[in-house]
Amino acid sequence: MKLVVNGELQEVPAATLAEALQSLDFADAKVATALNGEFVPARARVATLVKDGDRIEIVAPRQGG
Amino acid sequence: MRAKRSKSGNAAQLNDPLDCLVTQWARRNDKARQKELSFVTPASDFTLYGAKLRSRLMLGTSQYPSPAILAEAARASGAEVLTVSLRRESARLKEGQDFWRLIRDIGVRVLPNTAGCYSVKEAVTTAQMAREVFGAPWIKLEVIGEADTLQPDVFGLVEAARILSAEGFEVFPYTTEDLVVAERLIEVGCKVLMPWGAPIGSGKGLNNLFGLRALRAHFPEVPLIVDAGVGLPSHAAAAMELGYDGVLLNTAVAKAGDPVAMARAFGQAIEAGRAAFLAGPMQPRDMAAPSTPVVGRAVLT
Repeated sequence: MKLVVNGELQEVPAATLAEALQSLDFADAKVATALNGEFVPARARVATLVKDGDRIEIVAPRQGG
Repeated sequence: MRAKRSKSGNAAQLNDPLDCLVTQWARRNDKARQKELSFVTPASDFTLYGAKLRSRLMLGTSQYPSPAILAEAARASGAEVLTVSLRRESARLKEGQDFWRLIRDIGVRVLPNTAGCYSVKEAVTTAQMAREVFGAPWIKLEVIGEADTLQPDVFGLVEAARILSAEGFEVFPYTTEDLVVAERLIEVGCKVLMPWGAPIGSGKGLNNLFGLRALRAHFPEVPLIVDAGVGLPSHAAAAMELGYDGVLLNTAVAKAGDPVAMARAFGQAIEAGRAAFLAGPMQPRDMAAPSTPVVGRAVLT
């Protein structure tokens, strides 16, 4: 599956957003996700299917003012 | 200039609507001030969306020389609220995870922002992600309208605040000192307002004292926090002397030669400014008034 992860095109073996996070090594990380610009809550990742060309944003806490 | 006297006594004041507002507000505030002074001084708790806080300083976490200095500065400032953001996480570096551990160890509340969002959609989505990551409904809502000044897009801001308030967020809107925008923000559910002092990161201080005074006078019951543009402890103290409830800043501490010492200085300035406000500052006047008694002066000619 070709997914755009945080702006980078990657080959990710996954059918769902949860699987994508797993294979990208984010399984235990404190992150939030969006799929094609829409927020996907953690509990909905298992049921959220991904397809070729989908854009995934994975964000985490960072310094801010 | 000496005010012209008239039969009504204070016609000059009545002719200035802002002075009138400020005076009314000061009078109303006198009672609250007396009450507060009577049991605790100089600082007492204040409440933001039900959270009781003692420190009136909110500190940003960006641009420090090192994580250790950030942690030490945060502690030295006495701040009980730290602002944070959300950014893309790299699977390899996982920087966000380390940062989050650091913030958690400091052990104060966090106020996530929507910094860098230029549209309602981006800001709302960022807020939704922040609520999940940080597990709390607070959001410092920034919808930026212009890149050179980082001035808020107040139209987008009101719209995003409406959506987020309806979704149960507790919105801290980064806004201008515009009274009408402030009114709209309150109408859509904001219970705190955060007007800018000056453009973010500029360190220029309070750019529009008149506007900030008017905002304070207009919304005596709403917690008001000066957010952005504060460069010096004296700017923060000035905001507190105006009767503002708090100050949010970042660059002035992070980019100081000694951020920890500057953090402490800001904490002290904010306490001093608050105490000065509670003590009831004198009204400035245009002509000198001798402080030493004139009567009884020896004649030495």
